[in-house]
Amino acid sequence: MTEQSPRVAPDEFPKRVNVGRRVFLGLSALGALGIAFGNSVQNFVGGAVGSGLGGLLPGGDRFRIYSITGTFPKITRVKYRLKVSGLVDQPTTFTLADLQSMPKTSFTKAFQCVTGWRVPDVHWEGVKLSDILDRVGVQSNAVAVSFDSYDHADTESLTLDQAHLPDVIVAYSMLGAPVTTEHGGPVRLYVAPMFGYKSLKWLSGIRVVDAVEAGFWEQNGYPINGWLDGTTGPDNPDPGLT
Amino acid sequence: MTLTQTPAKSLRVVRFDRVQRCTHWATALLFFTLMFTAIPLYFGSFFGIVMPRHVIEMIHLWTGLALPLPIIVSLIGPWGKAMRHDVRRINYWTRDEIRWLRTLGKTEIEADKFNPGQKLNSIFVGASILVMLVTGAMLQWFRFFPVPWRSGATFVHDIFTYAIFFVIFGHVVMALTHREALRSIFKGWVNRSWAERHAARWLHEEQRDDLGP
Repeated sequence: MTEQSPRVAPDEFPKRVNVGRRVFLGLSALGALGIAFGNSVQNFVGGAVGSGLGGLLPGGDRFRIYSITGTFPKITRVKYRLKVSGLVDQPTTFTLADLQSMPKTSFTKAFQCVTGWRVPDVHWEGVKLSDILDRVGVQSNAVAVSFDSYDHADTESLTLDQAHLPDVIVAYSMLGAPVTTEHGGPVRLYVAPMFGYKSLKWLSGIRVVDAVEAGFWEQNGYPINGWLDGTTGPDNPDPGLT
Repeated sequence: MTLTQTPAKSLRVVRFDRVQRCTHWATALLFFTLMFTAIPLYFGSFFGIVMPRHVIEMIHLWTGLALPLPIIVSLIGPWGKAMRHDVRRINYWTRDEIRWLRTLGKTEIEADKFNPGQKLNSIFVGASILVMLVTGAMLQWFRFFPVPWRSGATFVHDIFTYAIFFVIFGHVVMALTHREALRSIFKGWVNRSWAERHAARWLHEEQRDDLGP
């Protein structure tokens, strides 16, 4: 397109229009508009027609399933165990039934990935992490909580303050059904105020510790504080790791 | 881009030179690799079956970065005369061609080397390479962009993925049902009789060029 168009006598050939360049630039402009406003469009359409129909719009309501190891650890609901240990008065191993017998917390909140995709209006149900910590009794020298996964690869951490937020839960139900294996079932963490990488899947252990340990994604360069707004302040304290 | 001189082959007209054929098949291979790896990346339940996700991600990333290279290389060198010529053909449309597309092929045109549908296909593929490259890069190096832009890039990457699957499927169906055109992307030539029926204006231009100034 950088070269001159072929010179043809006007009477020999009909007039030509550079349709190619126009359509090319038009499609590129659509792409640019989509980058700038696609998020608003999705939220608007999703809000206007309800979350059920939002799933029909590409990019809306769609989970991207990530796994560090490339496979899903398969744990049956019967054999599932959550081991709580570390700086606690009563180290305890919970079964799924144990967790389900505890006070239930449920709410509907979005799942926001740090890479940009977002699933609005996800229904979550489980036990507040703070309830579990209260049950086992956190010792006075404890500072943070570390999480382990059945995939033996992912780890995560929260400060004790963060762990006590009311929308940080150990979830056994998601999207109105038991958490599926690909979503991290039977039991996963859901840290609502932070990006998705903090919501560790296939939760196998909770360790109460005396210092914040950088988890798998943090060791790979993600912020140790995954706050959705990217801020750190009095309400969003930084655990002091870099 | 000339009629072959030997009498036995004089019924053949070269439609795509070697550079164009290589460019087409290199791009096609990259496209299919991208589409094939896109499926497990999009539908999580597929992966782990063939290979780990991060391997698929790496293949998808590097294939995507390589996607524009065959076209760029084929256009810039002294070997790219036919490519550049065809890009101009695809760019410039006559009023009749625009009308032909608007009426979905119901009006008469003196057909160029490519019909308006084929031209539109090429333009779409070219634009989608650019759009997918930009949005894909934003998803890979997301840290440099605000979160709403990341969401927007995901949205655009997804929508164009749907469109690309649709268009490539159509392209393959049209190719398989038009054998003579299909052969030209393998062997380079078409029969003169085919060109007279489907690409008369191009054939006349070729013949005029052959006669020299």
